[in-house]
Amino acid sequence: MSAAVTRRPPAVALIATVLVVLWVVLAAFPFVWTVWGSFKVQGDFFSKADWTYALTGVRTMAETGSPFTGAGYEGAWVEREFWRAAVNTMIVVVFTVIISLTFGTLGGYALARSGYRYAFWLLMIALVFRAMPHITLVSGYLLPFFEWNLWGHLPTAIIVLVAINQPFTLWMLHSFFLNIPKDLDESAMVDGCTRFQAFRHVIVPVMWPGVITTGLFSFLLAYNDFAVTATLLSQQNQTMVPKIASFLGSTQVEGNVMFAVAAVVSATVPLFILILFFQRQIVSGLTAGAVKG
Amino acid sequence: MPHRTFFWFILPSLVAMALFIAFPLISVVAQSLFVEHEQVLIESEVCDPFTGCRKELTVDAVATAQLREAQPLGRFNGLGTYTDRNHLAFAEVAEAWRTSEGLADFGGQLMNLPFYKALAFTLTYTFVVTPLVIVLGLAIALGVNGLPKLFKGPTIFVSLLPMIVTPLIGSLILFWMIDARGIIGSSLQELTGDPNLSLKASPALTWLTLIVYGVWHSAPFGFIVFYAGLQTVPSETLEAAIVDGASRWERIRYVVIPHMAPLVVFVTLIQLMDNFRVFEPIVGFSAAANATSLSYFIYADLTDINARFGSAAATSVLTVIGVAILLAPVLVRTWRDFNRKRA
Repeated sequence: MSAAVTRRPPAVALIATVLVVLWVVLAAFPFVWTVWGSFKVQGDFFSKADWTYALTGVRTMAETGSPFTGAGYEGAWVEREFWRAAVNTMIVVVFTVIISLTFGTLGGYALARSGYRYAFWLLMIALVFRAMPHITLVSGYLLPFFEWNLWGHLPTAIIVLVAINQPFTLWMLHSFFLNIPKDLDESAMVDGCTRFQAFRHVIVPVMWPGVITTGLFSFLLAYNDFAVTATLLSQQNQTMVPKIASFLGSTQVEGNVMFAVAAVVSATVPLFILILFFQRQIVSGLTAGAVKG
Repeated sequence: MPHRTFFWFILPSLVAMALFIAFPLISVVAQSLFVEHEQVLIESEVCDPFTGCRKELTVDAVATAQLREAQPLGRFNGLGTYTDRNHLAFAEVAEAWRTSEGLADFGGQLMNLPFYKALAFTLTYTFVVTPLVIVLGLAIALGVNGLPKLFKGPTIFVSLLPMIVTPLIGSLILFWMIDARGIIGSSLQELTGDPNLSLKASPALTWLTLIVYGVWHSAPFGFIVFYAGLQTVPSETLEAAIVDGASRWERIRYVVIPHMAPLVVFVTLIQLMDNFRVFEPIVGFSAAANATSLSYFIYADLTDINARFGSAAATSVLTVIGVAILLAPVLVRTWRDFNRKRA
């Protein structure tokens, strides 16, 4: 783009810069503050006397003898067994992502290659399903699951999350497969491959960028879910997010709220690492749907 | 692709969606027509030598449990759940309409009915947050677009945080900061000079807090999509416009905005769907006393000790109808486009 197009009057540039700086502070500060505060005691992070205590750590110094303490983390991970929830989350997330992507690639490929009217209608139905609030679906599962003794187990939550994830996965992968030229798999079929062989040997090797991007969003859906995991899992199978919510019930006890703060920071770390490594894919995934319209 | 091959490829996906999205929708409709069994009461005559004999009602726990075991759905209630006080409340609404003095009073009376209270917040949240996300997202996108290249990457990284973070966690982080003893809460007390100011106390302030959270959480989505759109604005057209003497505003009005219009539609659609199901922030902000949403209303019914499946199902059906109304314009438009393409 030439300089003439991008040049802006100084006033406009100033306003734009101020706005961006303000936004960056708004977006980042809550996280910085909470990470910092998670190493303090409750008296500092929720200071009745003076908010600067959270910076200087006066009470933390008095209670533990050093300006930083890992007491919140120890309480959450060891005393309240947050590690168990972390393991459960890992199981749920890994299986949800793998199964969603397997189903989604097959279905998305078929939708991209079928020219029939019903493929369009399936996509429309998927869009409607995508709009359903998850909790309305949960209220449909709960009673049957109780009756058939399916309630409370990790596999139940996994398959439900896979299903809830399907509409989005189908849409996303469908548009990725549309970008892979038809000639590729069709020439393989001319050479004598069946449709599945063509998919297996020609499409699978080139589909990974799309699959990784879609996988990131499946990961986020499973990892961030509260509605399904909070209602469908029993106490000992709880994942991290409902576990954090359950810490809140007992915030009256001094120090317990710091367990929740520590748990919140712990659960945010994987997301932070995810953006660090996959920023480009996340951005391209968000816009992929938009470009298709 | 032949029908048969298509069928086998799509089968796993279709089965998953049929079993866990379509079936529960049907199940919800069925459940909404039933309510929980009443307790089985036994009438027995109790006699004692001083007061004589009298009749006494006691709960037959065994029989109640048996009845619930035999018919887990409960007893048939028809559309009764839909019209009761906790849902559409026809009787109460009619009563309020007759007795209220003016529209404001009528609105106030409606807000005492749990379903209308939840509906009012859900709609307000959806229709306030969505436009704000678009405006703020577009503003940030324009701002970042003008930054030197060096700063763009880190700005995008930081911007993604509020959107990627688990909604419950994001709302808790803000909730702790606005606590009267948290940094924002106590700063606001300093600023306003009111030591008792609490953002959690009044409905208006709670609504405001939740909406601010909603914009904070969703603005990055608008920003990323619009920013990507700005990268593909046709530069030849812009240059041609400059040659033709178009002013800065005219270039934005006639080149950039038409280019971005489909993206605005996309962001609006996704935001309407996502904001209509607002749920986690209400849990995170412990806001249920002042603001409930349709999703939260269902959740509260389901997680109550006496789970009210019938009531939750009726609210769910009404919510699904709400989603359908919300999506109707989009679906109709897509259908027309599709037919036009075929014709």
